[in-house]
Amino acid sequence: MHERHRIEGRAVALRIDNLDTDQIMPKQFLRGIDKSGLARGLLHDLRFDAAGQPRPDCALDKPGDPPRLLVGGANFGCGSSREHAVWGLLQFGVQAVIAPSYGEIFHSNAMQNRLLLVTLPTDVVERLMADADAGGDLRIDLARMRVTSANVDAPFELSPRYRLKMLSGQDDVDLTRLEQARIAAFAKAHHARHPWMKDVAASTRARLDRS
Amino acid sequence: MTSRTLYRKLVDDHTVTVLDERHVLLFCDLHLMNEYTSPQAFAGLHARGLPVAMPGQNMAVVSHIIPTHPTRIRVIADTDSALQASNLRRNCERHAIALFDTNDPLQGIEHVVAPELGMIRPGMVVICGDSHTTTYGALGALGFGIGTSEVEHVLATQTLVYRRAQDMRIRVDGALPPGTTAKDLVLMIIGRIGAQGARGFVVEFCGSTIDALGVEARFTLCNMAVEAGARGALVAPDAAAIEHVLARAPDIAGDALADALAHWATLRSDDDAVFDVVHAFDARDVAPQVTWGTSPDQVLPIDGRVPRTQDQPEAARRSTEQALRYVRLAPGAPIAGTPVQHVFIGSCTNGRIEDLRAAAQVLHGRHVARGVRAMVVPGSGAVKAQAEREGLDAVFRDAGFEWRQPGCSMCLAMNDDVLAEGVRCASTTNRNFEGRQGRGAITHLMSPAMAAAAAVAGAIVDVRTLEPRHA
Repeated sequence: MHERHRIEGRAVALRIDNLDTDQIMPKQFLRGIDKSGLARGLLHDLRFDAAGQPRPDCALDKPGDPPRLLVGGANFGCGSSREHAVWGLLQFGVQAVIAPSYGEIFHSNAMQNRLLLVTLPTDVVERLMADADAGGDLRIDLARMRVTSANVDAPFELSPRYRLKMLSGQDDVDLTRLEQARIAAFAKAHHARHPWMKDVAASTRARLDRS
Repeated sequence: MTSRTLYRKLVDDHTVTVLDERHVLLFCDLHLMNEYTSPQAFAGLHARGLPVAMPGQNMAVVSHIIPTHPTRIRVIADTDSALQASNLRRNCERHAIALFDTNDPLQGIEHVVAPELGMIRPGMVVICGDSHTTTYGALGALGFGIGTSEVEHVLATQTLVYRRAQDMRIRVDGALPPGTTAKDLVLMIIGRIGAQGARGFVVEFCGSTIDALGVEARFTLCNMAVEAGARGALVAPDAAAIEHVLARAPDIAGDALADALAHWATLRSDDDAVFDVVHAFDARDVAPQVTWGTSPDQVLPIDGRVPRTQDQPEAARRSTEQALRYVRLAPGAPIAGTPVQHVFIGSCTNGRIEDLRAAAQVLHGRHVARGVRAMVVPGSGAVKAQAEREGLDAVFRDAGFEWRQPGCSMCLAMNDDVLAEGVRCASTTNRNFEGRQGRGAITHLMSPAMAAAAAVAGAIVDVRTLEPRHA
């Protein structure tokens, strides 16, 4: 696992509150059975016109490297649970988003995939947007826990779990599987207390197949 | 013992172990899957060489990509979508997971199928790779949406690393006025508290209005709570909820029934439980609601006017301006009278039998306006069959509606039910996001009765102003 103490580079401001995951990754890109090919779909309707041609005024597709950071509005990533939104951001080259707040499921999905979400107050986000518009780089330092740009030097907080995930890439499935015996014991006691909660999916399907 | 909210009781009852001050390892009683958010999770599981930990507590449906044309045998023409369906079947066969496949007579939207087959029981934790899993709070089960990485985690361990939410209580008292429904109530609440008003919270709904709602109306309420950002929604299970469950779960009998009833009686917030935030609303304030913009909180009573940017609070101006540009409405114009070209009745929000009855009641003896295309997509095969037994399909067809096969359909337009640029749709669904029903298409969310009225009028109209007809 590589370390990610710093994320630094070009940033694009997206001045859209409640930017939902339908916009971040539209439906037509959700038809795969793997995670590939999502860079094209990212923020598709912002980047491409109805004929599929790139919009010249869209900062996301400026010549050169793709933006490494996005600076967004409140409730970024609200709506649908589709993790494709996070996969698409990473495939496009985005490593971090800075916004005043995030949709809950999007937040969990980002953490699972080590896409860094930094939460900052609206006024700081606005100043970062201005610096991004001016073409300056943004920097996030996970060792010092600060975001810096031409005119901003702001501290931010991150849950210990998220920070550890970013730095070490720890895998939840691996960790939870260490608790297998405890889970089995819990399930046994849980189902002894609530037998009508056990295997309801299988027993319902079996009942329907019999009738 | 300290007082606890219902939410906290449900979390405690499913906590395998506490991970840190915010996170617990949460045991999941029922995991629902669909064809488009599960494939990569199964692939991840297979790459790890792991089995499904507890297959009997998982089930899957084909719901999002399925065509809804009124054909007897359903064929998924789109090759990618067909692969998603066959891949789901392969995964379910491999791991012995219950499946409601493309041509299963009980196929439908997961959030309609699972409760109508008696799978959702008070006190459960239910998760699904779909944000509208909050629906199950209507039966006193903690339901919430998860991403695909978490789907993989549940498949591998039947648990989740779960961040505890804060507690919000929304109390609603008073009688809902005639012509209004749970959909109007929840849209009004979302409008008042905002699209992120409940972000970080699990919302418990209570009060005399909620007590008086039928179980299906409570599904609509809890389903839409996620549009205020809620991580979950709950209604303490009462006699109506328990009756609903027991009528569909014949296995809960004998000793198990006594145990279940004793447990369900504890599923309420303690009298002195503390909520982090409390809201109160008066149901008498509810009028039929219609969204005007591109977020579910951009909503108006039917006699309202499209906002002017300059009248908005500073923080809302940018969103208002962006939404106005997309929806092509004149600032200050009344929302009533806005012409629609399409009407959609269905979805996990409003695709149940009572929703179809409410729409049919409006349509009886009436006809869809010229130039309007209208369709009904029942939430499941069982809903469709019930509607046909009641003759509702004939009412819809006679009124000029298309009577379709069940699925998610035009709620998110992942199948071939997609609107063209600029088409304006009166829709009983849950999201009016830009492009949700098709690129450049404009969605107005409303109740089934209001959508039916819009179909008849060819424009957004107050259903209460239609002359009463008697069946």
